[in-house]
Amino acid sequence: MSAMKTTNVEVRLPSRMGFEKVAMSTAASVAKLMGFRDDRIEDLKTAVAEACINAIEHGNRLNEKLSVGVVLSAGEDSLEVKVIDDGTGMKKQPAKPDIDRKMHGEEDARGMGMFLIQALVDEAEWVAGSDGKSSYVRLVIRLDKDA
Amino acid sequence: MQTETKSHVDQVTSPAGHPVTVLRFEGDIASTSKDAVLGVYQALPKATNKLILLDFTKVDYINSSGIALVIQLLIEASNSGQKVYAYGLSAHFVKVFTMVGITKYAGLFPSQAEALAAL
Repeated sequence: MSAMKTTNVEVRLPSRMGFEKVAMSTAASVAKLMGFRDDRIEDLKTAVAEACINAIEHGNRLNEKLSVGVVLSAGEDSLEVKVIDDGTGMKKQPAKPDIDRKMHGEEDARGMGMFLIQALVDEAEWVAGSDGKSSYVRLVIRLDKDA
Repeated sequence: MQTETKSHVDQVTSPAGHPVTVLRFEGDIASTSKDAVLGVYQALPKATNKLILLDFTKVDYINSSGIALVIQLLIEASNSGQKVYAYGLSAHFVKVFTMVGITKYAGLFPSQAEALAAL
């Protein structure tokens, strides 16, 4: 069995809101080169943007001395994206957002990023670094899922 | 780095004769868009603006913070007895708005003409 060839692309972002769009555009370019459909590329763009926003805002706490690493690994039939920050990672997954609770003021209107990530990609996992930093979220989308 | 959100308000009338306030957005809708989204909405007199139509035709990027601003607008509108509709979202953001449940509180339409025809 031959080893599967993987191509890596890496981007480092300043921990400043708005720069998630650089990672979003890079991920979209890689996915397009791999042959993903436009609708899947849109899903990926939102998932990558939300992962970077979480890393900038919560992981690195908007500290511009820290950067967010984005590593895209293009395999034969899937694209993996790791978004790495210097935070301690999540203690627990937030509850699925509930629009009725939000509308009635029982739940913060915010807090949808992780839900969107999980809903828009094929795999999503949050990994806390063993040394208490360098946590990452790992996203995977697969080619031809619905073809 | 984020594209500034621009917004302006138009007053139109639906084919059925109802006055409709259209909030037209342009640029990104993100955490920096509070004034352009909520501020512009909050400046409208509640008593005379009962039908609100959000125009996303010129919006390319909406993140979860931007969606939260839309939800805050929906909450205020609901509390004020206003009805909110939206049009001009890409297929992707129609999907995202549906996933987070916004469609339960704001009807989505492909175009202004289709939205107004339904009001």
